[in-house]
Amino acid sequence: MQEPLNRREPANTAWRWAVIGIAVVGAAAAFGYVGGWLAPSRLTPKRIIDVLQSNGGDHPGYRRNHAKGICGYGYFEANGGLAAFSSSPLFAGGRTPVVGRFALPGGNPYAADSSVPIRSFALRFDLANGEQWRTGMNAMPVFPVSTPQAFYDLNVATHPDPATGKPDPEKAKAFFTSHPETGAFLAWVKTAKPAASYVTETYQSLNAFYLRDANGNRRAVRWKVVPETPETGTGDPAAGDTDYLAADLNQRLAKEPARWHLQMVFADPGDPVDDASKAWPDGRKTVDAGVVVIERAEPQATGSCRDINYDPTILPRGIEISGDPIIVARSAAYADSYLRRTSEESHLPGAERPKEDQR
Amino acid sequence: MSVATFRPFARALHWLMSILILTMLFVGAGMVTSVEAKHAWLLAIHRPLGITIFVLALVRLGYRLTHPAPPLPADMPEWQKLAAHASHWLLYAMMIAMPLIGWGMLSAGHYPVVMGGGFILPPILPTDAALFAWLREAHRYLAWLFFLTFLAHMGAALMHGLIRRDGVLQSMTRGSAD
Repeated sequence: MQEPLNRREPANTAWRWAVIGIAVVGAAAAFGYVGGWLAPSRLTPKRIIDVLQSNGGDHPGYRRNHAKGICGYGYFEANGGLAAFSSSPLFAGGRTPVVGRFALPGGNPYAADSSVPIRSFALRFDLANGEQWRTGMNAMPVFPVSTPQAFYDLNVATHPDPATGKPDPEKAKAFFTSHPETGAFLAWVKTAKPAASYVTETYQSLNAFYLRDANGNRRAVRWKVVPETPETGTGDPAAGDTDYLAADLNQRLAKEPARWHLQMVFADPGDPVDDASKAWPDGRKTVDAGVVVIERAEPQATGSCRDINYDPTILPRGIEISGDPIIVARSAAYADSYLRRTSEESHLPGAERPKEDQR
Repeated sequence: MSVATFRPFARALHWLMSILILTMLFVGAGMVTSVEAKHAWLLAIHRPLGITIFVLALVRLGYRLTHPAPPLPADMPEWQKLAAHASHWLLYAMMIAMPLIGWGMLSAGHYPVVMGGGFILPPILPTDAALFAWLREAHRYLAWLFFLTFLAHMGAALMHGLIRRDGVLQSMTRGSAD
């Protein structure tokens, strides 16, 4: 046993205890601040998902946004056209399997297909080298807002009034008046009609990303998938049919696969890269990277797309995030939604149980 | 007066890992509560830093098992000795378990476990959403336990150095005095 160095009672004991207390409390406070517990006004993933959940209603086991959807499986076949602009082997040529998901925006998995004029398409590309590319695209030209805070405020302003079940028009108006960046979206949505098919829609990344080529040069792009199937205008669903999109998809895929061209649209100098609420002018250089082919659909209750978090920051080398703040906020918020719904599916203690009969 | 101290290699590992682990805990707490650009780069740091800590922890555990720590002072109350030993082994367990849980959780969520520079770790668990949710919550609560154990560890070390002045803190801060 070692000898004690100095067993006399030290002087200034109170002061010494104070130093210890300050060190421990200071470390705890710093941790509390960084973790947001001592900064309740900070916009966190939890607060974003809380407001989406309160707008969409309680639907345990479902996504807190884009809750209603259907899985679609197939592949991406690269044509090599993008290989000069991105070093990813995904674009060199050949097939890469994809797991897709078509959906409606909003947190209600029972929403009528005609209730919103927007459809979304998410894809996970599983590269042979273990990398993945995940993207969530929407059939609209621009995102309504530029920042995560404005997205949060938009959802607060359009929260359904418990009395009427509809947003308070005054609050919504006040929001849009104080957020002029929503102008492009509002102008579009005024005339937008709910499409009768997932297959005839053009889906846009909205956010810009960078492609990096083998020489290290990077270029800002937005991408879209453009359907080969023209809209026929004959597919108007029967009145009262609220689930026509899934039926239409199954019907079409029974006949033939659905195909989209993955197109990369390159920014010109001066185009807003970090603001998804602003469209780029027409006529920008566009490169066709290949076709996305969806061969088979499956309900999300049993499909593997259900448990995929289509986090837009999961990218292969050769594609990188831009400074658009919406991209990272989507990643952070999706992670929170993903944990909630997987916890509910898994019956974790304290998690709400999914209503199995409704799935 | 001679005092038994930790060997230089053990001291170096201790202080290096204390910086890495504290950084890791703060990175983790910050990234799950932020939506700004820092969320992305904190996440990019978190994974390779976790694997670094995992590898160092295995090295350290091996060294610790073959090179015993200096004995605690004979006049320390038994409960304090017990608390000291238990908290040290708890810290070792978490240094090894936390990176494994993180790696396993990403595997179960079918996420690519990206280390940076194109290096991806293989999955160590099958894709399973239920497993993901359990491991993700375990990662959260063990992180809390890790931080609280660190606070106790730091407080006790300062108590040894400032109040008891029994050479326990010095055994990790300076080389052998003889």
